[in-house]
Amino acid sequence: MVDGGRGGGGLVSVTQQARERARPALPRVPAAAVFAYHLVGYRRTWRAGVFSSFLLPTLTVLGFGLGVGAYIDQGVGGVRYFDWIVGGLLASTALQVAIAESTWPVFSNFRWIKTYFAQSAAPLRVPDVLGGHLAFVLFRVLTSSVAFLLVVVLFGAVRSPWALTLPLVVVLLGLAVAAPTFAYAAVVDSDSWLAMLFRFAVIPMTLFAGVFFPVESLPVALRWLAYVTPLWHAVDLCRAATLGIAAQWSVAGHLLYLGAWALGGWLLARRAFRRRLVL
Amino acid sequence: MTTAQPLIQARGLVKRFGDFTAVDGIDVEVRSGEAFGFLGPNGAGKSSTMRMVGCISPPTAGELRILGMDPVRDGPAIRARLGVCPQLDNLDPELTVRENLTTYARYFGIPRRVARARAAELLDFVQLTERADSRVDPLSGGMKRRLTIARALVNEPEIVLLDEPTTGLDPQARHLVWERLFRLKQQGVTLVLTTHYMDEAEQLCDRLVVMDGGRIVAEGSPRALIQRHSTREVVELRFAAESQEPFAGKLDGLGERVEVLPDRILLYVHDGDAAVAEVGALGLTPANVLVRRSSLEDVFLHLTGRTLVD
Repeated sequence: MVDGGRGGGGLVSVTQQARERARPALPRVPAAAVFAYHLVGYRRTWRAGVFSSFLLPTLTVLGFGLGVGAYIDQGVGGVRYFDWIVGGLLASTALQVAIAESTWPVFSNFRWIKTYFAQSAAPLRVPDVLGGHLAFVLFRVLTSSVAFLLVVVLFGAVRSPWALTLPLVVVLLGLAVAAPTFAYAAVVDSDSWLAMLFRFAVIPMTLFAGVFFPVESLPVALRWLAYVTPLWHAVDLCRAATLGIAAQWSVAGHLLYLGAWALGGWLLARRAFRRRLVL
Repeated sequence: MTTAQPLIQARGLVKRFGDFTAVDGIDVEVRSGEAFGFLGPNGAGKSSTMRMVGCISPPTAGELRILGMDPVRDGPAIRARLGVCPQLDNLDPELTVRENLTTYARYFGIPRRVARARAAELLDFVQLTERADSRVDPLSGGMKRRLTIARALVNEPEIVLLDEPTTGLDPQARHLVWERLFRLKQQGVTLVLTTHYMDEAEQLCDRLVVMDGGRIVAEGSPRALIQRHSTREVVELRFAAESQEPFAGKLDGLGERVEVLPDRILLYVHDGDAAVAEVGALGLTPANVLVRRSSLEDVFLHLTGRTLVD
């Protein structure tokens, strides 16, 4: 199509009556409209996403569970290594998705495509913009985790119906790590800080928070670092649920600890978003 | 709507960022159905003012009423009736042209079916119907700008805020945008715009203010501003010499004002042809002579100076 030309261009009916008729009652749940926006973008890429969310856990489970597991004859505490590791891998998958979805996408919505600013000009408030995007991240965490669960169920690695509670656990973990990451991605001024987050937080957490080996194998000082991470709490819950055993720590304690991260993260993110969006 | 109450009313409006005062106590009234312009060099406070009117930036001091409401308390209710076309396009490049409109419509609580119909109508209005299902990324700058304008109209706003609507567009694209904005105005939509382009202001604005350093330095219709701050005509003289300066001295007293630029001399006069005759009578032979009407640009440069602002 050529720019210019005088044809076409029907009149837009912006007469007073039309305006009155069109005056919408504002969305009942504004954050739902924001969530819907993120879903529309996702619709374009979800096929590739589905493929990787099945393929990746399959490869991981095969590599670590069967490959590494073959060298671990006695298992962990009497449990076959393959069965022992799936709970941890589930939690770490949820963590990876949650952080990947709340680093560059959030940064871009401020810096590159500026979606948040477009949304702020509409009748949305800061918590709507933030909450709608967070809801989408949790949706991604949930669908990826369910895909992972389906794969490991096929491998016969899930031993307890308690596994049905796992979607709630991964969503809570997702919120506990995504909310503070939203705050972080909102305040950093260059995207190289996002890569640092992976290098210095996500990877060490994944390695030392009890996903691949029990935290008890670590020296005491490092053990406490593992206990501080939100990941370890989710790993313990996930492992207890897939194996049908008691958690190492109080379940309520785990949930409260993750809840505290989620709440603290939300408050930080709301403040960071407000500073960027309301000038 | 028949009341004479202004749609936008600001009194002593101030915006500070730390020690920096971006807007320094301005009074503005925008009436229903008019096209109102904010002119000024970079850093004059135009965009800060627009953000306050757009209810995304709370005023530091002063009074601001939009559609009779308080922007700090009733932000969402006001924004529901505004259309905003920001200085830089913030469309979603991954979505299609149509999806950019329909997803945005949902922020206003517009039902999906209505949103689809309105998107089709608006795409027709900005002549993008043929590109409805293409992604935004490969569109030209002019097309993106038109789509941003269409998006600003998705809620059938009563006031449309346009921050430099044609900056960076080629002449064809600019004229198309002007034409569409003019049509909106004819339909009774109130337009508030900022611009660097004097021809844009003359084309579109019923009334405008010139801002400089956060203050309003002049206000009125384009024609009234020219009458008040400039002469009827301007004579541009270019002498074939290293410097124009020596010639300027000889022109003293000719017209109301003589301005010397590095490459030419401007004479602000009532009658251009008469002035050219007087220049000839003085025995001066400029290499180039141009007589033209005073423009808003003359007013602008007179009021805000020729020094570069960065």
